[in-house]
Amino acid sequence: MKHRTFFWFFLPTGLAMLLFIAAPIVSVVMQSMFAPHEAVLSVVENCGPFGCTQETAIDQQATQALRDAAPLGRFVGLDIYLDRGHLAVNEVRAAWQSAEGFGDFLSGLSNLPFYRAMAFTLTYTFTVTPLLIVLGLMIALAVNTLQARIKGLVIFFSLLPMIVTPLVGSLILFWMIDSRGVLGSAIQWLASDPGLSLKASTGLTWAMLIVYGVWHSAPFAFVVFYAGLQTLPRDQIEAAQIDGATRWHQVRFVVIPHLMPLVTFVALIQLMDNFRVFEPIVGFNASAHATSLSWIIFNDMGGETRQLSAAAATSVITIVGVAILLSPVLVRTWRDFRSKH
Amino acid sequence: MFLKSLATAGAMAILTTSTAMACEISARVSIVGNEFPAIQTVGAGAQACTGAEVTTNLTADHQKINLPGMQGNPAEYTSAIIANSSIVALINEDVIRPLDDLVAKHGQDLAKTQLITIDGKVMAVAFMANAQHLVYRSDVLEQIGVEPPKTYEELLAAAQMIREKGIMENPVGGAFASGWNLAEEFVNMFIGYDGDFFVAGTAQPSVNSEAGIKALETMKALSEYMNPDFLTHDSNATNAEFRAGNVALMNMWGSRAATMTEAEGVPQEVIDGFAIAGPMTVGGGSVPASTLWWDGWTVAKNISDEEAEATFVAMMNGIRPEILSDAEVAKQAVWLIPGYEPTEAAVGVFAAANSGTVPYPMLPYMGLMHTALGNELSDFMQGKESAEQALADVEAAYTAAAKENGFLQ
Repeated sequence: MKHRTFFWFFLPTGLAMLLFIAAPIVSVVMQSMFAPHEAVLSVVENCGPFGCTQETAIDQQATQALRDAAPLGRFVGLDIYLDRGHLAVNEVRAAWQSAEGFGDFLSGLSNLPFYRAMAFTLTYTFTVTPLLIVLGLMIALAVNTLQARIKGLVIFFSLLPMIVTPLVGSLILFWMIDSRGVLGSAIQWLASDPGLSLKASTGLTWAMLIVYGVWHSAPFAFVVFYAGLQTLPRDQIEAAQIDGATRWHQVRFVVIPHLMPLVTFVALIQLMDNFRVFEPIVGFNASAHATSLSWIIFNDMGGETRQLSAAAATSVITIVGVAILLSPVLVRTWRDFRSKH
Repeated sequence: MFLKSLATAGAMAILTTSTAMACEISARVSIVGNEFPAIQTVGAGAQACTGAEVTTNLTADHQKINLPGMQGNPAEYTSAIIANSSIVALINEDVIRPLDDLVAKHGQDLAKTQLITIDGKVMAVAFMANAQHLVYRSDVLEQIGVEPPKTYEELLAAAQMIREKGIMENPVGGAFASGWNLAEEFVNMFIGYDGDFFVAGTAQPSVNSEAGIKALETMKALSEYMNPDFLTHDSNATNAEFRAGNVALMNMWGSRAATMTEAEGVPQEVIDGFAIAGPMTVGGGSVPASTLWWDGWTVAKNISDEEAEATFVAMMNGIRPEILSDAEVAKQAVWLIPGYEPTEAAVGVFAAANSGTVPYPMLPYMGLMHTALGNELSDFMQGKESAEQALADVEAAYTAAAKENGFLQ
């Protein structure tokens, strides 16, 4: 393609990317470096149905003057990134100095919201992603061997977990695993412990969220791999069969290498998705046991007093996190691309 | 004071009902608010006005959309229905207008206690009151021969007896879900122990105090008698536990009392045994461990005067005294509307108002404190850390947030 042609071909896409991807990121980065002005407080009398009281309130006129003078707010640089709600530099240093061993340091770290969220997010990402790839592949191989007549029906049911909105899906499971729910009671019976509650233990809550994550995302991997299986070179499989390869050998040496680019694709998408884990935490009401960066952003924005700068800083950290997670896969894809051309 | 003002307002209402007129407005009205039945009633009343379009967006997510929806110019919402906690966010950002002129023109029917004045200016019109108080099973208490508890200590003693007699395994209920609910329970308990959230006159936190530790210890003691999932139980889930007959004693919202036993499948003994009492005190304190709330409406600042007037008129129609002639509506809330006569479901809120319960603090930085409490207390409730550590975490989290928002240097 001529450079000129390519330029005009790419221009709309490029503009859209600038407008909808680059500009918001720039705005979020800006927002994270500015904080609201110092509040000018004054004591006023408040009256209502329950009588009058002297209360502190914001002096609107004085605050408005500050806002007019500097509409972006107060420049705070990296202060918000370093405060207790985010990287917590001072708190980490203090925990390191006072810790009596690495375990003690880790428990001090897990008391800080950012590191606690990272601990769950990374555990979730790095258990759910491989598990859902393996499960998705197994389902795809199984479905591929089915009779054409029942295939459609099985595919439809396999896709159901993905069709259900994550929030609704997790809410349904949330009630099933309640200590008085169907699954919760079954687990109590299996463990012969009537006091067992999945929602009251951090470990079990994590396990539950991970199982949910795999259940919810496996259909995506399944559908991609199933599509890949349709392009399987018949002659290679037949050659392998003639050479006496077992079914496992065929999968190991023919099918998996053939599907490898798709595995990379699924891993890429799912790493990104799982790092942003959010809905199950809300749906399972699990924030006492597990939080994620996305949940922190939601929490900062949702309170009665919004913390936009804090939410912006967490968003930037999330973007950086996604970039770091994806870099090995991206580098690999780039190398593959280079070696082929 | 509370009852007396209502009684005089009632007398006034009888004089004014005959002068009620059809509601006619000339400009757009757009309302955002919470979704519970009393607010639905007010919204429907505003929509009954003719002459211009009245739209409502009543949703549990109202707190997330009311501020952005009022910051534009012109504002998307001409009125936000708020409570004494959430009005602060709107005042902090200066998006609602003083109503003095409109009250003078159209507010003759309003009782003085309905006017929320801040620094001498009317900023909102209240229409209902709310508080958390004791809800219990009288049949279960009779079985163990105990009077309805007036203090949390009595409640714990009763809970122990119920468990020991094998009547219920987890007889105590409470909206202890991590987040807003857990923080609200702490606020109640902390006030009951006479605690101060802030160093007087400043935004410096002071929850890491003896009162804070005692409040947490009482909450922990209560949780020992709760369903082990209590950190995931909001008021809906706690109500479900009560309805299922699993709970005998709990601190619950007055606005839920009227509908507590009105669900399908509630066992007859729960319906028959259901009873309401006032809020409890704790640790020998005289102030109940609860907070008083009002719900009311505001008018946006960034709209034309014509729209503001239309909004005021429509909202006045939403809270006109005649709505109380419908028995169902009268039961929906403890109305602050002239002519309201307390129903049985209102006993608890009235007891709260008459026993000196303090209103939820209307401070610009209280929302940040509430968020910090909600996030940091669950570790203590799970037994993962000490009360002192949890409260130190609350103060640290609050301080970081307050610095960001410019309340602390």
